[in-house]
This record gives sequence, structure tokens and C-alpha cells, in this order.
Amino acid sequence: MIRIALPFHLQTLARVNREIVVQVDGPATQKTVLDALEAAYPMLRGTVRDHVTHERRPKVRFYADGRDVTHDSPDAALPQSIVSGAEPFRIVGAISGG
Amino acid sequence: MTAIRILVGTRKGAFIITSDAKREQWTVDGPHFAGWEIYHMKGSPADPNRIYVSQSSSWFGQIIQRSDDGGKTWSQPGSEGEPSTDDSGMPQGVSNLFVYDTSEETGRPLTTHQWYDGTQHPWEFARVWHLEPSYDDPDTCYAGIEDAALFRTTDGGASWHEFAGLRGHESGPNWMPGAGGMCLHTIVLDPKNDQRIFCAISAAGTFRSDDGGKSWKPINHGLHSEYIPDPAAEVGHCVHRIVVHPSNPDTLFMQKHWDVMRSDDGGENWREVSGNLPSDFGFPIAVHAHEPETIYVVPILNDSLHYPPDGKLRVYRSRSGGEEWEALTNGLPQEHCYVNILRDAMAVDTAEPCGIYFGTTGGQVYASNDSGDHWQAIVRDLPAVLSVEVQTLP
Repeated sequence: MIRIALPFHLQTLARVNREIVVQVDGPATQKTVLDALEAAYPMLRGTVRDHVTHERRPKVRFYADGRDVTHDSPDAALPQSIVSGAEPFRIVGAISGG
Repeated sequence: MTAIRILVGTRKGAFIITSDAKREQWTVDGPHFAGWEIYHMKGSPADPNRIYVSQSSSWFGQIIQRSDDGGKTWSQPGSEGEPSTDDSGMPQGVSNLFVYDTSEETGRPLTTHQWYDGTQHPWEFARVWHLEPSYDDPDTCYAGIEDAALFRTTDGGASWHEFAGLRGHESGPNWMPGAGGMCLHTIVLDPKNDQRIFCAISAAGTFRSDDGGKSWKPINHGLHSEYIPDPAAEVGHCVHRIVVHPSNPDTLFMQKHWDVMRSDDGGENWREVSGNLPSDFGFPIAVHAHEPETIYVVPILNDSLHYPPDGKLRVYRSRSGGEEWEALTNGLPQEHCYVNILRDAMAVDTAEPCGIYFGTTGGQVYASNDSGDHWQAIVRDLPAVLSVEVQTLP
């Protein structure tokens, strides 16, 4: 089971609290975690990644185990702390300033 | 008529403002979708409880919301229940999926359009600016998007399909974005002819389809825009808004970047009717519900200073279809007013006498229940208002 922490606006969209849990079959990567998220919460499709290309939306970032993994390969294995459920995979709206 | 429901889209959520038939006391409900930009929300003429909403965010993209109970509850059509996937496991049928049609059967190649620097730029989906529900089918709704294209749903918003003939018009590579982006912001359906559709694009101009959206022609003859190299070009005009009276859809009224215009032949030819307006720059234009020759605009000082002339918020009314205008000021601020009124932020009800409503970038929504003679601010401190639509409930 993978824990995912969602930003506020995606919590309201999916009508969930800050953290949700998804089942990932096979290796836990950005791609497999986000696939599982979108399968469980179809209203979030298109909000984190582009619908068609599955590219990350420009102002969305991913943190794991205290590190910014936004620019890691979508197929790279996530840290053990995410795989074990000790830490959540964090989806973050980039700071806009102002 | 039992009630009025005003649908207000703002920079930070949606608000629903209601009143009984007298239109004197108002109740404000919201924010719905707090923190999201609500470019537009509009109710179905065929079922007033059906409301479509464009909800968007620079971070999280485009969402379509729908209500089937007049705004009490909302859902994202296409996303309820079990997730739907196609044979390859990819998601399908979700409400916020707007993909340009490049198929061989109905689509057009995804080419490029002019960018701000004159270079060519790929067509990219940004957001839904305008939703126009069908007159007779609650499940059918049109969407105008940025980068400019026209989409339609026939399943209540679950899926959307492009009318690629518009974007694929031969003039497409010459279209360019205005300051707000290259958006299809106005959709006018002909209530007497379901094959005829008008739309307006900034900055391309006005287009008409006579075959239900399959093919399109620019209808900009008579427009004159000094800010483009050929002021009388076939396309390139920054049309801000067009409107028709349902009883006479051959007559169109237009607020252009500069100039108020009218056409009496379905858009084939336009003539200027700015007359004695203090400025003919502006964004919205509306037509009285019961008087097809009575129209309303809100003059803005100029293209660099988007606020009313002299700091006075004045709606101008013409009872002669243009040329001769009178200022309507009773109840509106006549000093220190520097708000703007955006293109989709003015609407009328169909009560008697006709009610007029508009919202400002300062967060006020003003209402008149006597065709514009008197105004009151029915709410003052909302986020910047992007759109105002009105439903006259049976």
C-alpha cells in the first residue's frame, strides 16, 4: 500500500482528506503510483498529469522521503520509505509567490 | 416567474445569488469550488436545474462540474462510479478531457497559429472560457476553449468532441492571441435554426456555421481595427462579445476591442453604432429581454486603461439599436471607480420589467430590476467577477 498526500485543491476535488492510500501492483514508481491514483480517483485525471501525454503539469511537484523527485524518471523506483508506507508520496502545488 | 438565480463565476470560486420575483432581497450562496477560477457557469434553457461550470487552475488544469439540482450538489460527469478505461487500460470518458480532433474522419491536422512574437506556435489546450447549453437538450452543451476551438458534449459533459472545421479553417494559422490568450469566448446558438452557430475569437474575429458546426466562414466584413496591419482584414479582429435577441437572430450586436457594431444580415456585413458613447472600448454587450432594439454596454476608457472614463461607472443604454445612447447611473458609483467589467459578466433576466445584472473586477455584482433605470449592489466584496449569467425560474 502506498500513502499519497494530496494538495488542498485535489483533496476537495476528490472529496478526501489529506492522505489517501492506493494499491500498487509491482514496483512503486511515479508512474505506477499516479496510475493507481487516477484509477481510484478518476476525477483527478488531467489534474496532476496531462490526460493524453501523461506529462506532469508544469506547476505540480513530487516529493518523496524528503527529496524533490519531480525530475526523476517516471519509471525510477521510489525510496523504500514510500514503498513501506513509512512516508507518504507527496504531490505538491508549486509555490506561486506574490 | 417565481425566482431569479444569478450564477457568478469569480477568480476564487462560484457564487449563486437568488431572489424572489420582486428582485429586491438577495441571498448569496458560496463559494462553491473555493480557490478555483470559475471562468463561466451557465444553466440549460431546457432544464434550469442543469448547470454546467468551467472550473480551472493554473496548477491543476481544467475541470467540468455539473449540477442537476440547481446548484445544490455537483459532480464531475464521466467520473462517477467505477473508473472507465479503454482496451489498453487508458482512462477514457472523463469530463475534463478536451483533445483537438486530428482524426482522418472528422478532424484537422494540429498545425500552428501566430504567437505574440509573430512566430508560429502549436495549438495547446489551456482552459474552457465559455459554456453554452443547447436550447432543447440538457445533455448537449458547447464549450469555447483556449487555444481557440469549439467543442460539444451530447452526454451531459461526460465527453467532449471538437468541431475541427473551425480551427481547421484556412485562416487558422493567421489567428493570434490577445492579451488574455487565444480564446473562443463567445458562442451564440440560433434559437430558430439549430444548424446556425456563431462564435467569436480573440484575436481572430467572428465566425458562422450554417451546417451545425461542421464548416465555418469568417463574418467580419465592415469591421475596422487599426491595431492590425490591414484594418479591414478578413480575420485578426479582437471581437470582445456578440449577442442576439432570440426573436431576431439575424441581427447581431458586437462590442469589439474598439467600436460597438451591429449586423442585420446574420453577420455578413457590420456597421458601427458607437454614436455618442464616451468611449466605444469595452467588453460586455447585452440586449433587453423584451425589446430587441434596446442594448447595453459599459464603456471602458481605452485599451491601456481598463476602467470607466472619469472614474464613473456608467452603463449605457440605446433604445434604437445603437447610435443614440443614454448613461444609466442611478445607484452606480460616480466617483473613484476603477473596476473593469469583463465580457461574460453581464446578463439579463426575462422578467417584467427586464432585469440587468453585471459583475466587476472589484467583486461587486450590480442589479437593476427596471431595465437599467435604477441599480443596487447586491453583493460587494466577492473575488474579481469573471462571469455573470441569470436564470429566470418558472
